[in-house]
Amino acid sequence: MVDSNGASADKGTFTVKKGFAQMLKGGVIMDVVTPEHARIAEEAGACAVMALERVPADIRRDGGVARMSDPSMIEGIKAAVTIPVMAKCRIGHFVEAQVLQALEIDYIDESEVLTPADEAHHVDKHQFTVPFVCGCRNLGEALRRISEGAAMIRTKGEAGTGDVVEAVRHMRQVMDDIRRLQNTPDDELYAVAKELGAPVELVREVKELGRLPVVMFTAGGIATPADAALMMQLGSDGVFVGSGIFKSSNPALMAKAIVQATTHFRDPKIIADVSRGLGEAMRGISVASLPESELLATRGW
Amino acid sequence: MQMVTVGVLALQGDFAEHEAILRRLGVDVREVRLPSDLTDLDSLIIPGGESTTISRLLAMYGLMQPLRDFAQHKPVWGTCAGMIVMAKTATNLDRETLNLMDIEVVRNAFGRQIDSFETALAFDELDGEPVKAVFIRAPLIRQVGEGVKVLARLDSGEVVAARQGHLLVTAFHPELTDDARLHKYFLSFGDNDD
Repeated sequence: MVDSNGASADKGTFTVKKGFAQMLKGGVIMDVVTPEHARIAEEAGACAVMALERVPADIRRDGGVARMSDPSMIEGIKAAVTIPVMAKCRIGHFVEAQVLQALEIDYIDESEVLTPADEAHHVDKHQFTVPFVCGCRNLGEALRRISEGAAMIRTKGEAGTGDVVEAVRHMRQVMDDIRRLQNTPDDELYAVAKELGAPVELVREVKELGRLPVVMFTAGGIATPADAALMMQLGSDGVFVGSGIFKSSNPALMAKAIVQATTHFRDPKIIADVSRGLGEAMRGISVASLPESELLATRGW
Repeated sequence: MQMVTVGVLALQGDFAEHEAILRRLGVDVREVRLPSDLTDLDSLIIPGGESTTISRLLAMYGLMQPLRDFAQHKPVWGTCAGMIVMAKTATNLDRETLNLMDIEVVRNAFGRQIDSFETALAFDELDGEPVKAVFIRAPLIRQVGEGVKVLARLDSGEVVAARQGHLLVTAFHPELTDDARLHKYFLSFGDNDD
């Protein structure tokens, strides 16, 4: 291993944290629970994997408290592949985040899929060298996470359902919030910032850029190549697939198909080709049938 | 400037960042995902991204030979993952490279994301200030063949940018900064006359 540029090298800057997410764009990040899964994901063309003990569908089924994964399990996955490895900590659980940083994980997902550890405060992500990705349902939530130091955002969707409806709702909501901001006069941005519950500097930046200042992926319910392409056409920079791959009947084939549909998301012929003969997608569960107490997206604020 | 069309390989990675700088420089830009997208392009950029993903999609969509043919005559620039796939060999990559340039590259040479860094870098053939170089899980060039000119080194002497005629590679990401000098430099490359 070569040392970086000695004393003149700056590590953990926001440019470096955010820049890494920019390298993941147009790609698929897959949930994996074993080194074998990780190798299948890498072989299929995943741009990163998320190491966790149970995919969200199983967390949902098993109930109980969901926590950070066992370090030895995370290390096993790190050793199995050369692509980036992410892992989840509970919302507000800054010690789990410290542990994941000590394990030299490439990205930390402060995730509503795990049981929240703090009902008032998310992790102060500026204190870390490793970058964080956080979930959101709307622009205000995204900007609050960015102000805490998140270098990447994913819309939440409803994890472990295989139902894309919430992913669509949250992506459309963020895009709609941004479009409205672009039509807001500068002198009204202060009131809008108050309404969004977000710092006015970030609100102004989003108006100027016409997008978030960091990369935004989609997550929570993507189960088919067409789902992935749908989210890309709605404006996502890339796709997280949780249960959708390893709960399908042929994970290797499904993974490869979702990677191709994400790259060629505006080419229906290619999406049709890769959608042929995939076997069964994950069975899934309709979000509309879930009682409110079982929703994961409402965790975090 | 004479109107040129620059292709940006758009299989995966930060292609939109390259496109934004090229548009700012008044250049026509086209995203390349299929071999037919290469028709009539003046030059091509292979962006940063995940090299395992990009190399798989290159093979899957029949882009390997068309890109080799293209690079015989037209300028090509690879940043980070782009440099890896352009190299003759790349350690730790489980797929064939394009083998466009006579360099040996080490993938993830600095370690994991926690070791990613930015630094000021002197760049041969560029006037003015050093460039702000952003290295993200970056590769480096372990060996260069004859006819390859080294353009930038870290303080340790490690090679992080090189040129072979009309082909350019950088281990870092000029597309993540506001500095368009490297893009201008690449746009000044002529076709290969051999």
